Amino acid sequence: MGFWQRLLKLDRRWIFLGIGLVVIFPLIYPLKLPVKPTKPSMDLFNYIDTLGPESDAVFLVNGSAPSTLPELMPMLQAILRHCLTKGVPVIFFGGLYPQYIGVAKMAIDEIIKEFPDKKSGKDYVFLGYIPGVSAVILSIGIDIETTFGADYYGIPIDSLPMMREIKNYSDISIVIDISGTSSPEYWLMYGQERYGVNFGVGCTAVSAPAYYAFLQSGQMVGLLGGLKGAAEYEELMARNGYPTGKRPATVGMDSQSFGHLLIVLLVILGNIGYFVTRRAEKTRGIEQRRKR
Amino acid sequence: MNISTSPWVWIAALLTLMIYSFLYKENPFYRLAEHIFMGLSIGYAVVIIWYNYVLVRVYKPLFFPPHQWSLIFPILLGTMIFGIFSKKYTWLIKYPFAFYIAGYAGISIPVTLQAFVLKQVEASFLTPEKFSSIPGSINSILIFVGLITTLIFFYFSTKREHGFGTAAKVGIVFIMVAFGASFGYTVMARISLLIGRMQFLIQDWLGIM
Repeated sequence: MGFWQRLLKLDRRWIFLGIGLVVIFPLIYPLKLPVKPTKPSMDLFNYIDTLGPESDAVFLVNGSAPSTLPELMPMLQAILRHCLTKGVPVIFFGGLYPQYIGVAKMAIDEIIKEFPDKKSGKDYVFLGYIPGVSAVILSIGIDIETTFGADYYGIPIDSLPMMREIKNYSDISIVIDISGTSSPEYWLMYGQERYGVNFGVGCTAVSAPAYYAFLQSGQMVGLLGGLKGAAEYEELMARNGYPTGKRPATVGMDSQSFGHLLIVLLVILGNIGYFVTRRAEKTRGIEQRRKR
Repeated sequence: MNISTSPWVWIAALLTLMIYSFLYKENPFYRLAEHIFMGLSIGYAVVIIWYNYVLVRVYKPLFFPPHQWSLIFPILLGTMIFGIFSKKYTWLIKYPFAFYIAGYAGISIPVTLQAFVLKQVEASFLTPEKFSSIPGSINSILIFVGLITTLIFFYFSTKREHGFGTAAKVGIVFIMVAFGASFGYTVMARISLLIGRMQFLIQDWLGIM
């Protein structure tokens, strides 16, 4: 059996091992490859960067379950950090599905340690899960207090100082959905389209291509796509002198780059192998027919 | 190296390794971790819904003053869905679903058309302001040509001859580029998940990073 045939019949476990190695080594020995922010990330960053303590609130929605944590948690934390550093009032919504609320609690607990002077109810509000998905999004457009009743900690919303001036989407500068599902489409339909609120998205890389169409049409302010998007946001935070924490997305980008290189190499080798073996089989078939 | 002493970190690390053992081959450790995951996620969702919603939004307003009697109607409708578990009462589910479908369709159809069709069509128009820069002009033309040729590719009511066939072939090129972009992003997503787990194992569990 020739090299190309052996390559095409390679046990896929060797590929898993290869991917594992190229992911692990850069994590232990980081190369610090540069991260160049793209326009969709810069648009979202710049929008938030123009806001301040007197601006309307940022409504940040967590759509991250444990399965999408590596991509979405860095986005959540970077945006929370950005808003809290600038003193922008943040309404942090735990999520449209019950699995999200634990991740949201983790995110806010970790970030708030960096801002000991920021108080829940005064500088930010953490809202818990309620069922309904599209009904919840529509209902926020009518009245946040009626929709949620109380914050995550059970404190009535009408008693929270930050919420005195915030009733619905008209008091919100932007809704940002950090999502691992198709929930941005719901926000787009029932929030952005129905109530005209500005809308930004941070999503898993799998979903990102579908949302570029909405950037181009102006329906979305900006987009963070996958780990790369999160790393770009971290890079923009660093360039503008904001605190960045451990930059988990940026740390992972070296592994990402090497993983991609290996995949590209395998795709090229696989294609060459396919054509070479097909050609060899064709030639062999012609020779056999001649012999007959 | 500073290995974690937290039992939770150890449990998470061992479960991660048990799940990844599937990459070698199917085994009882993987099965165990998979079943734990299924049970936990369903149980977690039930508890969250029960404590955050049923007790707060249904039980308390109904049984404690000031009683919100208006809740009885939606609760009854919701309860009818459980009719699906009985052959005798399956017919009950028609009523809540009728409400749900009618309401949902009424709310969704206009906004879906507006957000996903009309706005997208509008954005593909070649207006003069899109030609203010060279990259902008190229993008606008590409989007316009891509949209038209892709739509032609999915038009099956005529023979693909002459210009129509050529346009459909151009449409395939755009579709293939879209598939390629999607695949690239999917690879990125899958590797990101692996990176996240490896960061946890190396940093939080083994304390190497």
